[in-house]
Amino acid sequence: MKRRHFGFGLAALAAGCADPRSHSQAVYMLVDTSGTYAEEVNKAQLIVNYLLGTLQPGDSLAVARVKSRSFSEKDIVAKATFDNRPSQANAQKRVFREQMEAFTRSHSGSAYTDITGGLIQGSMFLTETGAGHKTILIFSDMQEELDKVTVRDFPITLKDIRVVAVNVVKLRTDNVDPRRYLGRLEAWQKRVEAAGAREWRVINDIEHLDGVLKG
Amino acid sequence: MMESPFWMIVPGNAALSALVWFVIAMPFLYAARKPVHELLHAVGVLAGGPLRSSSRWLLGAAHDMRERNRQVLLAHGREEAGQQIAREFERVSLLVTRDLEGYPALQRRLLDEITRVEEDYKKCGEVPPPPPDWIDAINAVANVKSGGNELVTRLLEEINRSIKDIHEKTLAEYRRAYEERHSILDGFMPFWRSLDKTLAQADRKMTSLTDRAAAIDAQMARFEQIVSKTERAEHALTVSALTQFFVATLVIVVAAGGALINFKLIALPMSEMVGAGDYLTASLRTSEVAALVIIFVEATMGLFLMETLRITHLFPKIHALSDPMRKRMLWIAFTLLLTLAGIEAALALMRDMLIADKQALMQSLAATAHAAAATDSWLARIPTIGQIVLGFILPFALAFVAIPLESFIASARTVGGAVLVMVMRLLAVSLRLAGSFVRQLARVLVTLYDILIVLPLLLERLVRDRRAPTPTPALSGFEAVERSS
Repeated sequence: MKRRHFGFGLAALAAGCADPRSHSQAVYMLVDTSGTYAEEVNKAQLIVNYLLGTLQPGDSLAVARVKSRSFSEKDIVAKATFDNRPSQANAQKRVFREQMEAFTRSHSGSAYTDITGGLIQGSMFLTETGAGHKTILIFSDMQEELDKVTVRDFPITLKDIRVVAVNVVKLRTDNVDPRRYLGRLEAWQKRVEAAGAREWRVINDIEHLDGVLKG
Repeated sequence: MMESPFWMIVPGNAALSALVWFVIAMPFLYAARKPVHELLHAVGVLAGGPLRSSSRWLLGAAHDMRERNRQVLLAHGREEAGQQIAREFERVSLLVTRDLEGYPALQRRLLDEITRVEEDYKKCGEVPPPPPDWIDAINAVANVKSGGNELVTRLLEEINRSIKDIHEKTLAEYRRAYEERHSILDGFMPFWRSLDKTLAQADRKMTSLTDRAAAIDAQMARFEQIVSKTERAEHALTVSALTQFFVATLVIVVAAGGALINFKLIALPMSEMVGAGDYLTASLRTSEVAALVIIFVEATMGLFLMETLRITHLFPKIHALSDPMRKRMLWIAFTLLLTLAGIEAALALMRDMLIADKQALMQSLAATAHAAAATDSWLARIPTIGQIVLGFILPFALAFVAIPLESFIASARTVGGAVLVMVMRLLAVSLRLAGSFVRQLARVLVTLYDILIVLPLLLERLVRDRRAPTPTPALSGFEAVERSS
């Protein structure tokens, strides 16, 4: 307790000339659980582990599933804003990892894929964190499928957010005509950039995750 | 077809065009000769004058600065030599108080021992009593002729027997007396030894005093040289300051390395106190600044500690404090330093724990089966113990930086002043050279101008020669301008 007081004293001393900008990172990861892509969920665990190892105290992380309608807090599997103290942050990361393991064991597939809803939800979450660097990771084949009543064909806002599509696997139809795959990615890039995103990026090889987070 | 530039009188032939232009311009150049000469001369003076003036000013300033540096250096040297002499006198005073204070006792002891030796010597001189006076009577009796008289013979035999008895008794007495004297002489040895030891001790003390006196003589000679401001003293002081400067710089660099290690030890655990997510600038964490602050506070406490111990003399106010107040301050500085050292040791331990925790987390995230094989081994504890010990020792080690810091500050004034004087002199020489160059350049340009208009000048000369038959020595353009002005 005494140590904390000493720390507060020093922090107060430094507060007079503190940098008002936020230097923390916030990452929102969308995990597609629809159709055949549900088989890839185990790879999502690897990405989450990488993020847990890379994120620093004070950063935020949330993992949400992409279902038929994903614009909901209920779809968030695990979320945490890591404590400023490294020891507490490590404990939070352990709990987070366990939550993710439980999710990968017990997830169920969905009929449709609402990536746009997940993006809107992620954007709201990231804005609330007030982090300086915001990133949405989309772990999906980027094939959006909506039911007839779900409305997502309107402009969305992703201002100052980096959007990274990870492990965008090719569908059977993409193999028949690769232009479908390239066109799909191009369409998403246009939509994301039109939404004001800072950057759009695709990382298919999960061995090269070091570019996922950027200062 | 390409159009020729407007100035080309002969299309397609630039050289010929230029020549034509030159011929056209030549009369105008001749007409403008005097103003152009004056202009070039004025430009030379205008540019060269300030350069030369600046050079003179810089040389004067360098001279003044050197003189001021010399005064400061000598004053500093005088103060230092004075302090050293005072310290030597203190040592001599201490020596006199400690050693020569016991000199009367030593003298009394020596006198006692000498008196005792004398008394014993006198005792040795006592001889056994001389034989009795009746020996002459016995000699007379012994010379008596018995003539076969039985009575006389018996009498003489009786006398002989008695004398033998007496002789044996006397001899025994004599031997006993000598034995006594020998035993007294034997008893002299410890006294001689003690006397020898006491004298050696006195000699040693006197030698030490002589050495101190020689040291004071040397310091006094140095002090006199400084007071009389000799070149030798100045040179010696400058060399001494340079040596001090480089040695102090070296030690400070080494100490900076120690401070860096110290910083590495406490920067990570400080994030447990002030948080790891706060930044003071884009790349500077608050925890790192807090760690730096701790190190600087430790160095400051070390500085105060050295100051209150009167090892350094950076703060005159601390030296002006009364002794009880100074001691109080000493204990406060020491307590704070000790507390900070304890905190650092704890932080070093925490750093180790945090790293171990992070490592365990990373291993669990990597999902590899790296069991912590040597975690319970005593070998694994060595780095932890090493970090704790380093965390505790480094603040105290940093405290000693105050000594080289003082030397650095004191010698930096001399070294910095000498370097500044050298730079100013170099600058002055450069400016002077530049000024001379500009003036010479103006002369060269004037001559070049005259070469350009050599034809009109030749014509002018011919006309002048025809008008005035007596030839006058031709003046160069520059000389002509100078003379006319």
